[in-house]
Amino acid sequence: MSTLPDPEELVRALAERMRAQLPPDAGLVGVYTGGAWVAERLHRLLGLSTPLGVLAVTLHRDDFGVIGLHRESRRSQIPFSVDGREVVLVDDVLHTGRTVRAAVNELFDFGRPSAVRLAVLADRGGRELPVAADFVGTSIEVASGEELVLSNDNGRLRFAAVKRPD
Amino acid sequence: MPLSPKASLQLGPDGRLRHLLTTEGLPAETIRLILDTADQFVSVSEREVKKVPVLRGKSIFNVFFENSTRTRTTFEIAAKRLSADVINLNVGASSTSKGETLLDTVWNLQAMDADMFVVRHSESGAAHLIARHVKPGVAVINAGDGRHAHPTQGLLDMYTIRHYKKDFSGLTVAIVGDVLHSRVARSQIHALKTLGVPDLRVIGPKTLVPEQVERLGVRVFHDMAAGLEGCDVVIMLRLQNERMNGALLPSAGEFFKVYGLNAEKLALAKPDAIVMHPGPMNRGVEIDSAVADGRQSVILPQVTFGIAVRMAVMSMLGSP
Repeated sequence: MSTLPDPEELVRALAERMRAQLPPDAGLVGVYTGGAWVAERLHRLLGLSTPLGVLAVTLHRDDFGVIGLHRESRRSQIPFSVDGREVVLVDDVLHTGRTVRAAVNELFDFGRPSAVRLAVLADRGGRELPVAADFVGTSIEVASGEELVLSNDNGRLRFAAVKRPD
Repeated sequence: MPLSPKASLQLGPDGRLRHLLTTEGLPAETIRLILDTADQFVSVSEREVKKVPVLRGKSIFNVFFENSTRTRTTFEIAAKRLSADVINLNVGASSTSKGETLLDTVWNLQAMDADMFVVRHSESGAAHLIARHVKPGVAVINAGDGRHAHPTQGLLDMYTIRHYKKDFSGLTVAIVGDVLHSRVARSQIHALKTLGVPDLRVIGPKTLVPEQVERLGVRVFHDMAAGLEGCDVVIMLRLQNERMNGALLPSAGEFFKVYGLNAEKLALAKPDAIVMHPGPMNRGVEIDSAVADGRQSVILPQVTFGIAVRMAVMSMLGSP
């Protein structure tokens, strides 16, 4: 297995890619949990004036008919008006695209943004929906039976490839 | 605590909620799971779009053998915010008057592919009976059966108390008024004991406090002032006029004088005590308007939280 990139470096690269492209009042919204860590860092690096939002997508997932509803204390919090604003969804890993679909649905429950962009730290391929990111930190090859997981060890982000439970 | 047969009917072998029939025997962990799940639904109701697709494509039948527009409406709102299809039936007025039995009514509705029944009935045990006879996978929620139980009301009261007081372990809680006829009081008492409230009190006249209620672990007070002293939570009960046969009380006015909650009596509780009432209130009978509308009243938040708690229960019962 090749070594995985350092997420902290990827965040900085991602911020540079986004900097020139975002309007000054853009709203950043991180998808729990990994996306929220990334969004926090991007928000700081980009010095955005609009406060940071977070999205919990559980209620819009397409698989609770299969896996059921789990205890979820996290909830979406968007401390700015979404209406008419350009909103950037931030997630850690882009894979099937289902989380993004759920996040877009969740976001629209709060209002009607003028545009929604997608920024991800890593794109690992394997899309099951027509979803593409506008800003990508890096593309990573991961075996199909593995998940690319972002963890937060005392404030230091790390990637790990773990075998998917059957 | 060993599970009663009632509890095992509502919990599957894996411990998951299958029906919600009573708070009696409901494990603390299950109650906490319901309250935690309700947390996320509170925020859904605050959004521009107050709807999530959790129960999309499910059919929920509100079957009310005893009329209650308000309770039925709260279940209806909860189900609709979860995207379920809701069918309301006031059966009292139709089938039973033609002689159909309770189970025949339910089996007919089940044949229409109901996924969940919300049942209110004037007979204690009606929801249990139905739960025992529905197909596997069909869930039953007890929305009030006779004098027995009204678990979603009990749970929304737990949610409200937790919201304002955070923790149950140091609380003094008083339930005041017509405990005898109150399924709400029973549901509250079981849940409060399970969640570990150390000082649970019941206040009311001898004629309206059930015999041997102390066995449930409550302290009985017939003196309002003594009972209210030091309380963190004061739960007023509705004086059930429609259940009263007249002999139990001299008059509503007399009741208010002794057991009605006014500002003066409330001052005996802790200064930050909250006042709750399951509604509908009889102003001037069990509660004074100054208290009902006062700063310690959390009666309207109870209603709001009630939607979220019912959403939580329905979503747990409706997901595999």
